[in-house]
Amino acid sequence: MDLAKYPFLAEAGDYLRDKGFNLEQLGHPDWAPLVEKAYGRIVVASSGQIYGSELERLENADMEILSFIVAVILLKAAGIHTLTRRFSLAEARRAEKYLQQDLWSSKDKKNLDLPLKIIQELFGVQVTVENDEFVIKVADYLQRAVHFHEKEWKLVNRRVQHGFVYLTAHETVRLIRTELGQYINSKIQSITLPAIPDTFKVRVQDLVLLASKFSDAPVVSSDYPPCVKHAIEVLEKGENLPHSGRFLLATYLLARGQTTDQIAPLFKNAPDYNERITRYQLEHISGSSGKGTKYQCPSCNKLRSENLCFAIPACDGIINPIQFGKKRGKTND
Amino acid sequence: MIEKNSALVENAIKEYYFNHFDLICVPPKISQREFGYQKINGGMIRHVAIKDIKELHLLLMQETPSDVYCSNAYYSFPNMPMSEKDWKGADLIFDIDAKDLALPCRNDHSVSRCSACNDVILGKQNVCTKCGSTKSETVSVTCKNCIEESKKEVKKLVRILVDDLGIKNEEIEVYFSGNEGFHVRAINSNYEVLGSQERADLVDYIMFNGAIPETFGIKKQNNSKSTLPEMGELGWRGRAALALFGSKSKAPKVSRQVILDGYSAFQIRLEGMRQTIGARVDPKVTMDIHRVFRLEGSINSKSGFSKIKCENLDSFDPFLNACLLGEEKVDIVANCPVSIRLKNKKYGPYANERTSVPKYTAVYMICKGLASVI
Repeated sequence: MDLAKYPFLAEAGDYLRDKGFNLEQLGHPDWAPLVEKAYGRIVVASSGQIYGSELERLENADMEILSFIVAVILLKAAGIHTLTRRFSLAEARRAEKYLQQDLWSSKDKKNLDLPLKIIQELFGVQVTVENDEFVIKVADYLQRAVHFHEKEWKLVNRRVQHGFVYLTAHETVRLIRTELGQYINSKIQSITLPAIPDTFKVRVQDLVLLASKFSDAPVVSSDYPPCVKHAIEVLEKGENLPHSGRFLLATYLLARGQTTDQIAPLFKNAPDYNERITRYQLEHISGSSGKGTKYQCPSCNKLRSENLCFAIPACDGIINPIQFGKKRGKTND
Repeated sequence: MIEKNSALVENAIKEYYFNHFDLICVPPKISQREFGYQKINGGMIRHVAIKDIKELHLLLMQETPSDVYCSNAYYSFPNMPMSEKDWKGADLIFDIDAKDLALPCRNDHSVSRCSACNDVILGKQNVCTKCGSTKSETVSVTCKNCIEESKKEVKKLVRILVDDLGIKNEEIEVYFSGNEGFHVRAINSNYEVLGSQERADLVDYIMFNGAIPETFGIKKQNNSKSTLPEMGELGWRGRAALALFGSKSKAPKVSRQVILDGYSAFQIRLEGMRQTIGARVDPKVTMDIHRVFRLEGSINSKSGFSKIKCENLDSFDPFLNACLLGEEKVDIVANCPVSIRLKNKKYGPYANERTSVPKYTAVYMICKGLASVI
């Protein structure tokens, strides 16, 4: 059951051996549903969504674990980094949900041991429980929280005592999300690919095809100002970009003439991504829905006050990100 | 510095390192630290590796540096260029400088020295009254009030380090900086691995920067449901409660008013509190994980005072405890419009007059540019 929630903990080879499987068997047409499930798992992840397992009905935990292992093999065979990264991120978020649930129901000590062990053994963060709060060392906290941009993650806005920070279950898990994604990613990178059955190969081809679609996504242009680049990077890493950062990105790209269709995919990695809401909001900002007001890109001053400004010398003399690159051109004339 | 002056200062420093080398406290892992030093009128020499305390003694005797620095960081190869040093970790360091406190007494002990004719005048001046030059340098004579106010900041800092950050008292060392403030070094393995960005957030914590009303229970919406922290709480919530209420008996009344005033008013209150309850350290120093920091026990050439350990901060008197140069009389011409008190004896003010003073006083005034050897 635990491995079904956290399949990345399983050593694929050992697991298959223990269960008496080998890849050749899994290539048999009887196992086609498993390969489909594995493929589906990647497809869902590639669209920026989280693959949902209904654990209550998980009478077949093996299927959950096997589909993860097969997905990893398919990804490894396809060898496309963006796809692997998206998959790792989505799997991390899936695990995050279970970690949080397990921590949350902490009254039942049984559930608490595993998530705490995962956090400690995989990421070297020792978490203890005090009443209903999760307690970690200030240094462990800082090393992770400095990558978040919301003010509530600043240490000054946390309860800090005798070298420890006090967190909720949700916050504790949120803190290690990126590392969890990186862990799954590195685990996929580190496996050696065995010879794979033909039934797998078809799906590997499909993955290559699937990945080619991503080239439609807007390319990060080097003419973007550092604040916009930063916003795109944050989203690409699957980190949470605060509302003000998302607003900057949307208004900037709209002003540069991109369409909502071109912009929407950028937000796919956002932890709380919802396609319908993203489109609605983009349309609202662009003025094509709602009252028809077109929102302008926030000023450099405003961004500075929101800690979203990462000015470089090329920013000298501009007061709005939109002017980036243009002003410079003028003075050169 | 002109030759006669630099000869006197250099000689006084050499004598100090000969007689008082025991006052030098090198932080642990000496061989993994980067050392740097400056000679009078010379540039900074960095990336020096030192094997042990004997080698350091030799360097001080041979080079007679006016200022000696040692990195807060430890490296595999401290003498290599920065990119190849292989950074291992760094102590937490803090600089509290009276200059940054902008105290009202500042004007009373700051003098303006004309860069062209060396004329000295009390307070700030834009144009030299003697030669008309617009270039001048402000020199501050160390003042008792500045030191006492800086001590308060040190105490706030140490409380936060101990109570909030869990650093033990015995892991914290407080030093007089040798001029107008204090240096604090905390050696605790939990924090040594932190990078610059993490230290920046740690410094914001210490300075009480970036606190939001929500942290103290003030809600943006539904403000009437806000509840403020209680005075006994630990950390910033407790300190903020103490600053808001003053005493327990006033808490209910003040609390009602604060909540009534609303979210924006609370933001302004937080800004005001930052000045009083935050520890005012120089954030740049703490964030720097490659800094060479003045070596403990060495001479500060801005004053001739020693950067000396403060075993008892309350009773520490830099004009007595950090004034360790020779005592023999030196003839000087002093132009020092502020009187100074060293080793319980008052000197000056002097208006371009010849006088005979102990070496430590002469060096102090020469380092400040307010006197010259005859």
